[in-house]
Amino acid sequence: MIRLAVVIWLAFGSAAFAETMRLAVTTSFHNSGLSDVLLPAIKEDIDLEVQLLVVGTGQALRLGRAGDVDAILVHSKAVEDAFVAEGFAPYRREIMYNDFVLIGPETDPAQLKQAMSASDALTRIASAKASFVSRGDESGTHKKELALWDVAALDVEAFDPWYKAVGAGMGASLNTASAMGAYILADRASWLNFGNKTGLALLYAGDPVLFNQYAYLPVNPAKHPHVNADAAQRLEAWLVSQKAADLIDSYTINGEQLFTFNAMD
Amino acid sequence: MNDIWAGLEAAFWLIVTLDSDLVEITLRSLQVSVSALVIASLIALPFGTWLAIRRFRYRRTAIAVLNALMGLPPVVVGLIVYLLLSRSGPFGVFGLLFTPSAMIIAQVIIITPLIASITHQAMRELWAEYHDLLISLNTSKRQRIMTLIWDGRRALLTAALAGFGRAIGEVGAIMIVGGNIDHATRVLTTAIALETGKGDFALALGLGFVLIALALAVNILIHSLSRTEQEGRW
Amino acid sequence: MSLSLSKAVVRRRGKIILGPVDLALNAPDITIVLGPNGAGKTTLLRVLHGVERLSSGGLSLSKPDAQARQEQAYVFQSPIMLRRSVRANLSYPLELVGTAKPDIAQRVEAWAERIGLADALERHAPRLSGGEKQKLALARALIREPDVLFLDEPCANLDGRSTREIETLLKEAYTKGTRIIMTTHDLGQARRMASEVVFLLAGKVHERSAADRFFTKPETSEAQAFLNGDIIE
Repeated sequence: MIRLAVVIWLAFGSAAFAETMRLAVTTSFHNSGLSDVLLPAIKEDIDLEVQLLVVGTGQALRLGRAGDVDAILVHSKAVEDAFVAEGFAPYRREIMYNDFVLIGPETDPAQLKQAMSASDALTRIASAKASFVSRGDESGTHKKELALWDVAALDVEAFDPWYKAVGAGMGASLNTASAMGAYILADRASWLNFGNKTGLALLYAGDPVLFNQYAYLPVNPAKHPHVNADAAQRLEAWLVSQKAADLIDSYTINGEQLFTFNAMD
Repeated sequence: MNDIWAGLEAAFWLIVTLDSDLVEITLRSLQVSVSALVIASLIALPFGTWLAIRRFRYRRTAIAVLNALMGLPPVVVGLIVYLLLSRSGPFGVFGLLFTPSAMIIAQVIIITPLIASITHQAMRELWAEYHDLLISLNTSKRQRIMTLIWDGRRALLTAALAGFGRAIGEVGAIMIVGGNIDHATRVLTTAIALETGKGDFALALGLGFVLIALALAVNILIHSLSRTEQEGRW
Repeated sequence: MSLSLSKAVVRRRGKIILGPVDLALNAPDITIVLGPNGAGKTTLLRVLHGVERLSSGGLSLSKPDAQARQEQAYVFQSPIMLRRSVRANLSYPLELVGTAKPDIAQRVEAWAERIGLADALERHAPRLSGGEKQKLALARALIREPDVLFLDEPCANLDGRSTREIETLLKEAYTKGTRIIMTTHDLGQARRMASEVVFLLAGKVHERSAADRFFTKPETSEAQAFLNGDIIE
């Protein structure tokens, strides 16, 4: 019994042989399923094993600040700029974008289907005091949502309890929205990949303000000398390559393209 | 109810086809929790026994603290261990964060008080029974501890299994310190959390049933091994 | 070895259970401690053996403390069995002092034979009958050939046959040089076994004399009353 345990333990204790690096990514990105396509290709092309930590944007930045990861991939320009300004990353590199969509109950009590813009849609929800689930977790999605309320000139602080901040990742929040029959802002990829759509439907999309830019930020080796800066560079080079562009643009769910590659050289 | 049947079906297919991901995360779950169990037992069993036989002024307080530590919320332990092991933290230089070792450390902290407390209660009873005899025979402290541990081994096994149960089902702490990294630190419980978050309830349930079966199997195995004794042999 | 108590007192919850007692036990003897319930007989034995602490006064031994208890043994009124086999119970005291394995095996088997448990060696000790347990406790106590053997009402719950077997074993041990200090409520047993008697009353040594003297012509009236079967306090 003990011998068996030791053998198993040793087998797993040994380090992997390919070079590894740690990348913090957001739950939205991971739920899209794109990483399942990219990671094997990365391994094959540049012999790099990327270990993904799937966390909210806030936690990804914290990990980057602490030097617990080698790079981050997030989608919240304002905080990314702050991150760079504080010197934790030398720059931010745009890679691709997808869009956000408004999901809600099939019955659509707030009549989003007739909305003319994102602001219009949100205003309808507020007027109808329809249940709305917010990520509430300082994630890129959450910050986007708050920015949209702002643009629609609606004060989130003054909302009645129809507005529910759940403090959870995309999937968990969608579960909650499904169970409550509530509206929710989600990234298209997470929505398409979500396995529990009962009662929910995509009710509004297309407004350019809903576009969602992903950027890659390597952790600054000047701040954290131990990070694998070399691997971070190699990964970045791959992410802006033609191969990456092809894989990203051709990634579809149910025939729908999710991401648009927009990295510049 | 549909979901539950779907879950059972998912579990069945995963097991029957020996799905490689399933095998990998199951072995890793065992690796982490069994390692944590062994280390925690090496600390808790002698400590609990020692506490049962030693008299000192703050004994009652020590026991109360020990029992209170059993209620440590695992996720809080995970957060604290994360802060300690983070690169910006005091032990960051060891590079343990986001490895199975960090998960083992967190689980050891969580289950040691539990095992020690159960051990202590069992050893108190046994000590009360053996007290006069062992003192009369002029045993050393070490001899007393060894005798109590050996004669009380069934109770200690129960304590250890309680610790194992706590560890194998734990998710909060190891999610934080392990990061649930695919092919590196993903285990059954964190995989369940992940699949649930993705809305894939069938798969999550399937993994859940595998986890339950695993915990049951370990318990049955241990109990049958210790039941090779005839009544009264041990 | 010789043991002696001087001005020994044991206090519990402010009340004096035993003492003051001055008692010297030198010559090899079978000393029977008699007295009514609550007189302090068990406490006296425990204090002499060193498993009960004195509140004041002292115990001195002819051997250094650490060694002394090793060469003593104690049989409790309710036998304490290790949750192990008969064999393991017998070998335990020998294993504690690092006796060689073949030596242990031989002694265990010899003693098992003497107490009539030779075919019961693998049985779980706590499941033995009362008499068997007490004989086992006695064998376990004697297996290290102690200088001094304390027994606290060893035959209190036993039938006549077991009592006789135990008394035989005790007499054998005595002839081999073990000093015996025993309490009992059985006056017949006291008469059979004692070479001297210590009569305790209310925590103090009320009378002490050679056995023949005590049983035929005790010095104190309380001792006489006790022998007559009166209840005295």
